[in-house]
Amino acid sequence: MTARVTASVYTSHVPAIGAALDFGKSHEPYWQKVFGGYEFSRRWLQENTPDAVFLVYNDHANAFSLEMIPTFAIGTAAQFAVADEGWGPRPVPGVTGHPELASHIAQAVIQDDFDLTIVNKMDVDHGLTVPLSLMCGQPQAWPCPVIPFAVNVVQYPVPSGRRCFRLGQAIRRAIASYDEPLKVQIWGTGGMSHQLQGPRAGLINREWDNRFLDRLIADPAGLAEVPHIEYVREAGSEGIELVMWLIARGAMGDLAGGAPPRVAHRFYHVPASNTAVGHLILENPQ
Amino acid sequence: MALEKPYKDVPGTTIFDAEESRKGYWLNQFCMSLMKADNRARFKAGERAYLDEWPMSEAQKQAVLARDLNRCIALGGNIYFLAKIGATDGKSFQQMAGSMTGMSEEAYRDMMLRGGRPVEGNRYKHEWEKK
Repeated sequence: MTARVTASVYTSHVPAIGAALDFGKSHEPYWQKVFGGYEFSRRWLQENTPDAVFLVYNDHANAFSLEMIPTFAIGTAAQFAVADEGWGPRPVPGVTGHPELASHIAQAVIQDDFDLTIVNKMDVDHGLTVPLSLMCGQPQAWPCPVIPFAVNVVQYPVPSGRRCFRLGQAIRRAIASYDEPLKVQIWGTGGMSHQLQGPRAGLINREWDNRFLDRLIADPAGLAEVPHIEYVREAGSEGIELVMWLIARGAMGDLAGGAPPRVAHRFYHVPASNTAVGHLILENPQ
Repeated sequence: MALEKPYKDVPGTTIFDAEESRKGYWLNQFCMSLMKADNRARFKAGERAYLDEWPMSEAQKQAVLARDLNRCIALGGNIYFLAKIGATDGKSFQQMAGSMTGMSEEAYRDMMLRGGRPVEGNRYKHEWEKK
């Protein structure tokens, strides 16, 4: 028996969501509309706790300054500390890695022609911890090991949707060649439409976002061909984060001859701070 | 051959590409230094003196002192780096984003509650020039 991808989870990772939880505001009506969309997801994760989560996110100028800008960075450490992004570190548990599986994936994916940067020391920011908070609430420790996978979406050009989608397929193959019967989930985070900068800040495109969700489920290969400029123009300059969802989608079994995934949950809400919140859970049929 | 940059045609938007990153290197690295509590305290105690420790242009320093985020971005700043200045000032990301739009904090918050800035009329520069 080898490891396998059991499900993929997609979610925005807005920092204000973390702050709302950390400062006890999650019961306020504004935030209830966000957290309400994750009640199912928290129960689902308790019932479907994997042996490891492969968490695709982007660092927001915290672990990586302009000194080094890796396009794809895989965290192979045993532990990852929570970053101080300028407001002080979030009061959440540190993250336990899975060095054995992570280094296996690094070796396999690099041999599959994707040049990953291997990172053995890295603080993790809200891009990684907010999805964990949304899916797990406020536990004393996160329920399973997490492999952080950071994608550069800060300095343009970011990787194309097509490359992200193919990378996801390589990650699925790498997981499937790991010689231990682990259940692994892959999470893709960031988005949805938002723009944080300039006079056009505040852009939201509900129609485009929902079309993205539809196509992510049913036509991921077609969606992967969408060029960067469409994300920027239609979903805002920071909407480009959505390319990371294609990595998680690429790792699903239907792209390797399996059955289509089952949509366990879908949620969309505007706004959380400056951002449209989107969320999906897709399960691989057993 | 010139590089293709179709994103130059999006209004009110600066894409942080390799050229911007080169221009803004020291401005953004100064911002990174504010991730340390000691540096935040030293900056607050004497902003000009702290900025003078960095090989930034005078224009970049003035933009930081004025908290003019649009100007910072025009000089190579990136919003995720500039957010460290906002964090040091105790500002939320929504306050920072709103400050770049010419809207009041309240008007920006209300726009977001109503579903955000629509994409219609905001896709191409020529759509803004007509206004």
